Amino acid sequence: MALTKEQIAQRIAKEVKDRYYVNLGIGIPTLVANFVRDDINVEFQSENGILGMGPFPFEGEEDPDLINAGKQTITALPGASFFDSAMSFGMIRGQHVDLTILGAMEVAQNGDIANWKIPGKMVKGMGGAMDLVASAENIIVAMMHTNRAGESKLLKECSLPLTGVQCVKKIVTNLAVLEIKDGKFHLLERAPGVTVEEIQKATEGDLIVDGAIAEMKF
Amino acid sequence: MIKKTVANVREACEGIEDGMTFMLGGFGLCGIPENIISELVRKNIQNVTCISNNAGVDDFGLGLLLKKHQIKKMISSYVGENAEFERQMLSGEMEVELVPQGTLAQRCEAARSGIPAFFTPAGYGTEVAEGKEIREFNGKMYVMEEAFKADFSFVKAWKGDEAGNLIFKGTARNFNPAMCGAGKITVAEVEELVPAGELDPNQIHIPGIFVQRIFQGEKFEKRIEQLTVRKRN
Repeated sequence: MALTKEQIAQRIAKEVKDRYYVNLGIGIPTLVANFVRDDINVEFQSENGILGMGPFPFEGEEDPDLINAGKQTITALPGASFFDSAMSFGMIRGQHVDLTILGAMEVAQNGDIANWKIPGKMVKGMGGAMDLVASAENIIVAMMHTNRAGESKLLKECSLPLTGVQCVKKIVTNLAVLEIKDGKFHLLERAPGVTVEEIQKATEGDLIVDGAIAEMKF
Repeated sequence: MIKKTVANVREACEGIEDGMTFMLGGFGLCGIPENIISELVRKNIQNVTCISNNAGVDDFGLGLLLKKHQIKKMISSYVGENAEFERQMLSGEMEVELVPQGTLAQRCEAARSGIPAFFTPAGYGTEVAEGKEIREFNGKMYVMEEAFKADFSFVKAWKGDEAGNLIFKGTARNFNPAMCGAGKITVAEVEELVPAGELDPNQIHIPGIFVQRIFQGEKFEKRIEQLTVRKRN
């Protein structure tokens, strides 16, 4: 069975290590916070100016002056700090943030990513994504393996305007965990019950399958 | 003490003219100069260029100026929640320059700090870098971005004093500090304006030298864009 969005987030949460500062993008990445183990210490950064982001507030305790990058009301945990946008992106470009998790419309086998624009149709803007992907050493893309039309999102080359070049190293989809190495997708794990053939079929780019591929564990 | 207080929003917005370039603080609807935006709508200023991370929503924030077609050009990083914005952009009624968010903040800060340009990795290899100088430093590629030039910076702070010193609250800080002193004239609207001496100098986020006019806003709606809460057990 292909993973749900929650399960994609749950699998990615395993990549979050003790003492990591983590930036979570909008969508599936936001859900990752719900699945991080309780016995490790992690701080979430939101690029609009908070480190130490906590869960949503209780009803009636929401503060219009306290939101995340998705403009949702949030809380600040003990040890949190606020800062301005210039300093926030200083943290990001200066590589002080250990892990960036974001969504994508397309990823190419050389690590290129596209997630901000469909010419003539959808133009929302890149927000902080270009700064994040150009700077972070450790980027995980969370996305569905195919788009709504059933077409592969893991391509030889991106067809949409790029957000960043040669920057993605790991991808977790509803079908698989993949790594990008030497200009190719390498299959690391499959979703429970999903076959290598199914993954191959849903992947337009070159896919390297080395030996037996284990099922994901949660 | 050099006094920066003005009586009200009308006095604070004296000298604004059609065709000018404005910087406006805020992220989404959080920390936006609401009182000044209302005044810009009232004065019906035309053909302005707005540098602001977002463009408000259809009926609040900069969306109010958009609806009246007062904006000639928007410089933003993300405009997702505004249907009218997307419509005006796709139809070509309004010019739009989309800028990576960190670059947007740094172009403000550079303007404030007397730095004409800087190199950033953001946007390298994308259409954002087209026509810009590219340089390699330590084996990595960077794009040259220039400081903004603006006639006015409009910011919103939590507390301020007569000397123009500012303190921000929570994530309402966002782009406001970097815009202070980045335009030729910086106007700050604050929720609470106090006499000089009442704010602890250790706690000031932006010193008054970067602010030319300060006033206490008449009304702050502080609208929430995405209300997300959890239930008590």
